[in-house]
Amino acid sequence: MSLTFAGVSLAFGAEPVLSGIDLTVAAGEFVVLLGPSGCGKTTMLRLASGALKPGRGTVTSGFARAAVVYQTPRLLGWMDALDNAAFGMKSLGVRRAERRERARAILMRLGLAEADLAKRPSRLSGGMAQRVAFARALAVEPDFILMDEPFAALEAGLRRRLQDLVRAETERSGVAALFVTHDVAEATRLASRIVVLSARPGRIVADFANAPAREAAEAFEAAAALLRRSDVAAAINAAGGEEF
Amino acid sequence: MGAAERALWSLSGLVVLALAWAGGHAAYGPFVLPRPDETVATAFDLVGSGAAGAAVLATAGQALLGWAIGLGIGLALAFPAGFLAPLGLAARPVATLLVAMPPVAWIVLALIWFGPGGGADAFTVAVTVAPMLFGAALQGLASRDPALDEMAAQFRAPPLVRLTDVIAPQLLSHLAPAAGAALGFSWKVCVMAEVMASGAGIGGQLAIARAHLDLPATFAWLLILVALALLSDTLLLWPLRRRTAAAR
Ligand SMILES: Nc1ncnc2c1ncn2[C@@H]1O[C@H](COP(=O)(O)OP(=O)(O)OP(=O)(O)O)[C@@H](O)[C@H]1O
Ligand SMILES: [Mg+2]
Repeated sequence: MSLTFAGVSLAFGAEPVLSGIDLTVAAGEFVVLLGPSGCGKTTMLRLASGALKPGRGTVTSGFARAAVVYQTPRLLGWMDALDNAAFGMKSLGVRRAERRERARAILMRLGLAEADLAKRPSRLSGGMAQRVAFARALAVEPDFILMDEPFAALEAGLRRRLQDLVRAETERSGVAALFVTHDVAEATRLASRIVVLSARPGRIVADFANAPAREAAEAFEAAAALLRRSDVAAAINAAGGEEF
Repeated sequence: MGAAERALWSLSGLVVLALAWAGGHAAYGPFVLPRPDETVATAFDLVGSGAAGAAVLATAGQALLGWAIGLGIGLALAFPAGFLAPLGLAARPVATLLVAMPPVAWIVLALIWFGPGGGADAFTVAVTVAPMLFGAALQGLASRDPALDEMAAQFRAPPLVRLTDVIAPQLLSHLAPAAGAALGFSWKVCVMAEVMASGAGIGGQLAIARAHLDLPATFAWLLILVALALLSDTLLLWPLRRRTAAAR
């Protein structure tokens, strides 16, 4: 089971967005896609999830069930948190009582309080809403989970707590992950492998293994080392010295 | 503002209206405006004695039937037009054209096609509100959030789940106000058709009252009509509005 990009290029109109992408995500891997804003990260994720077809090359997925956590939560405003978390299971035909029970268990594990379960998304905080979106993805028991900067809009402390949750949950289920970010420390904290994209049109400029950092200092040291790598530094310079 | 204070303000508008009416009566006399209390008493008399029953039932039947048919047709056509781009493009100008048709034109046509008393009232209502509701439903479908569609497709939601959980709630928030406006329209158009064509229902009674220059009766029937419109709006659309308000 794996996901493979083979010679993938894509342009929106005349504007090339991705160029010559070769990438394989194997079962159980946690791959972080790191790249500057606008380099085509979201586009790559949409290709990986099948929401978009490549212009050139092929994307093949051997995974049985992929689930996505988007940059914004994309919850259904007319349902409470519990039903939102259960939406994926409802789509799979899981009975109401059973899916609500399973959704409740996952939401509690992710740190929602009993009182939050009956709240509509408009009454949830940003962090709560992203937890519900994460729960909705976990609940379908995917073998591949795609995450698009899910915590970019959150404050740093909360972001770290949610990163810990993501790591705990993916380690627990062994699900393969493709996680997009432009935050270098987030990459070193989560990834078993880091793939660095250049500025638009996105090309892969570095691809290396990473041991997920266990604490903040370690994550920042690894981030500093990453930025000093010659291939990454060259890409940053080529992008006009723009930081990630 | 508290609930009591809000209710008081809502009521104050009606009080001002009643005072203006009473003032008009005092200024211009009973042949222009009948006394408000006399009119209300006449209306209660008509309803209480059972004399209004048949007319109210006839008008309500035709107005609500026409509204329901118009809603059904509008929705049934909005879905194919909303999901098949060429159909949507073809349907839009036709709907605009039909919305621009004056209801009176339909009344004349219905008279020619069905003759008086052949369901022409409900037909006129249905054909007047259907394009309004079609347009609103189409708008509702077009303005839904594509990000939610992508999410639902990603979770492989079957068509029925997409309809009930993703599409319908977004559609309703557009459709509910239009359905309310169309319902108010239904009563007016129905009574107009009755006055001009069928001579049945409240419209028929209005025509008789006019012929007798019976101003209190004319106003009493209008009062009954307005009360019916408000009642139907409350009963049929309040649950819908509450749902859409909660969704936001
Ligand atoms: N549907 C689309 N139609 C046209 N252009 C698009 C579309 N989606 C993305 N683009 C363009 O493709 C480029 C890459 O977009 P993408 O969203 O993949 O970037 P990103 O790396 O995710 O950026 P960010 O970090 O800011 O989210 C951008 O220039 C964007 O304007
Ligand atoms: Mg993006």
